Amino acid sequence: MSPKQKKWLARIVVALVLFVGVMIFTHFAPLEEWLGSRQAAVWAEFALFLIPYLIAGYDVLWEAARNIGRGQVFDENFLMSIATIGAFAMVLFPDSDPHMAEGAAVMLFYQVGELFQSYAVGKSRKSISDMMDIAPEFATIERDGVLEEVDPDEVPVGSIIVVKPGERIPLDGTIIEGASQLDTAALTGESIPRDVEPGSDVISGCVNLSGVIRVKTSKPYGESTVARILELVENAAEKKARTENFITRFARYYTPIVTGAALLIAVVPPLAGMGTWSDWVLRGLTFLVVSCPCALVISVPLSFFGGIGGASKLGILVKGSNYLELLSKVDTVVFDKTGTLTSGTFDVVAIHPETGIDPQWLLSHAAHAEAFSNHPIAVSLREAYKGEIDPKRVLDAQEQSGHGVRAVVNERVVLVGNDKLMAQHGAAWQDCDVTGTVLHVCVDGEYAGHIVIADIVKPDAKRTISQLHDAGVKQCVMLTGDRLDVAKAVGKDLGMDDVRAQLLPQDKVSAVEELLAKQAEDGKLAFVGDGINDAPVLTRADVGIAMGAMGSDAAIEAADIVLMDDKPSNISKAILIARHTMRIVWQNIVFALGVKIAILILAAVGIANMWLAVFGDVGVAVLAILNAMRAMNVSKYRD
Amino acid sequence: MRKSFKLQDLDCANCAAKMEDAIAKIDGVDKATVSFMTQKLTLVADDSRFNDIVDEAQRICAKYEPDCVILR
Repeated sequence: MSPKQKKWLARIVVALVLFVGVMIFTHFAPLEEWLGSRQAAVWAEFALFLIPYLIAGYDVLWEAARNIGRGQVFDENFLMSIATIGAFAMVLFPDSDPHMAEGAAVMLFYQVGELFQSYAVGKSRKSISDMMDIAPEFATIERDGVLEEVDPDEVPVGSIIVVKPGERIPLDGTIIEGASQLDTAALTGESIPRDVEPGSDVISGCVNLSGVIRVKTSKPYGESTVARILELVENAAEKKARTENFITRFARYYTPIVTGAALLIAVVPPLAGMGTWSDWVLRGLTFLVVSCPCALVISVPLSFFGGIGGASKLGILVKGSNYLELLSKVDTVVFDKTGTLTSGTFDVVAIHPETGIDPQWLLSHAAHAEAFSNHPIAVSLREAYKGEIDPKRVLDAQEQSGHGVRAVVNERVVLVGNDKLMAQHGAAWQDCDVTGTVLHVCVDGEYAGHIVIADIVKPDAKRTISQLHDAGVKQCVMLTGDRLDVAKAVGKDLGMDDVRAQLLPQDKVSAVEELLAKQAEDGKLAFVGDGINDAPVLTRADVGIAMGAMGSDAAIEAADIVLMDDKPSNISKAILIARHTMRIVWQNIVFALGVKIAILILAAVGIANMWLAVFGDVGVAVLAILNAMRAMNVSKYRD
Repeated sequence: MRKSFKLQDLDCANCAAKMEDAIAKIDGVDKATVSFMTQKLTLVADDSRFNDIVDEAQRICAKYEPDCVILR
């Protein structure tokens, strides 16, 4: 509790004790005998109840008075003041029972509710900011052999920093000396430490566990992973969900309508001769007690905030409440195969040279042609080719997106790619019956053979698809640039509903657009990619999910939801968290509105009194907030 | 220009929504967000009038919540 809240609490406790004391005293003490008349006894009670009332609510009254000056009539302080002053003023109606106790109680419980709200909101704010407490406080930089602690912001790119065990890595970079284990839990939710050694890229925000490492920084602090993640999470509250906007709009009408209704109820029936003034005025005052929509206005954003915070604990970064809301409605998930469902590390599984050609010669030419490409296929070719790659032997390498590469190796024109590339250049290629990606190689216009490369499916990919189906996702679609038979084999193994193969990067956008057009009205489409080459698709889908984003700027930029880890099972977790959050949001909306409307009806017909109204109002707010705080708890989604 | 400000003593969620609404209507403001949860005001507004706009926003905040201060 903050000092302000502690004072507040003390005030409420004092007022509460006095209130109970006055209640007991007025109930048992024979005031009427002592003071001589019934009227005098009532006025004595009035004065006694005024003490706890003023102690509890003087600030509310003061705020209300100030607000009248500014024309803020529909302010909750003002409404609460009117309701309670009105209750005290009932003493002026000699025909009704006094209502001072109710007036004081309403103010007291209103304050209890307010204090609780402030405490609960502060607490969830803190637990979320603790969760995001990944910002490094300092960086240890080495200058001329001397170690110096500086602000991470001041470290230039290319500096050498030293990170001791137990310290947080302040900036992204590459290890140049020392081996250690890194705790990436704060970023990815993954509890198993990661081994790193010289040459490994390290990411800011991870905690160094075992050994001293020296890191050459590759980015300034402002562009480092940790700074970008913090910025992303902090800005998430800006993008409000439709439900949130609906509630604020609703609140804008709710208070004036209820206040207006209160006025009508207090004035019209007695004028029409339907009963005493005191009875109807009291009913009107009861209306005012439930006229504040606070329970809703606080609990809905709090639920979203909790859901986003909870998801970030598992390494799932959601860029706004609106995306969490959309994600909960997803019924079609489109996956990019490579790097998402499969690890993206390809292995050469077969080399089939044409007769008279040496397999190593074939592999060597293919590996050289792919010498400059970063495509996973190129990387695996180079890995399979054990020998040194001499870049001087390669000239004029051109990548032909979606087809392959063309390069001059040892003064021979080498084409490496799929059947489309071969067809384009008129090479007589042969099919292969091994499942995998087939790379045809053509040297100087002659078909030289092919190399088959297979991708490894991630261990939890299959489980993810079945979890998604269990969660009610109707369609899982896989998009890939691979050959149809390879794609079908993988798709069948994983339990995909649909597979689109042999797509060029631009075809993926049209495939997603086609699926979007087929979507049901309220169903949403999510696209999951690894953020490499699929930014347009990520933007086009209702929800773009990028995975394996540790350190990938493009992915963090383009996606709506970023999975720090590269495990597909995080997708189903994200959807479950989104659903869980939305369930809580709707529970709160229905519950809070239901209780308020019930109280309004009961008050209008004269069944509910002010006691019930204030318990209803404060109770609903407290329960809604407690319920909203459940959104933060994501421990059941952990593996 | 886009800038975020911390809001001190923003205690009422309903007021935050009202502030957001009123600040968004200031001349020269493209987008205004008041987040009760993060206690932040984010303004996207005209560069030339930015300071005046922040002053104006401060007056609006004080209107709904007298203690609420925009920290700049």
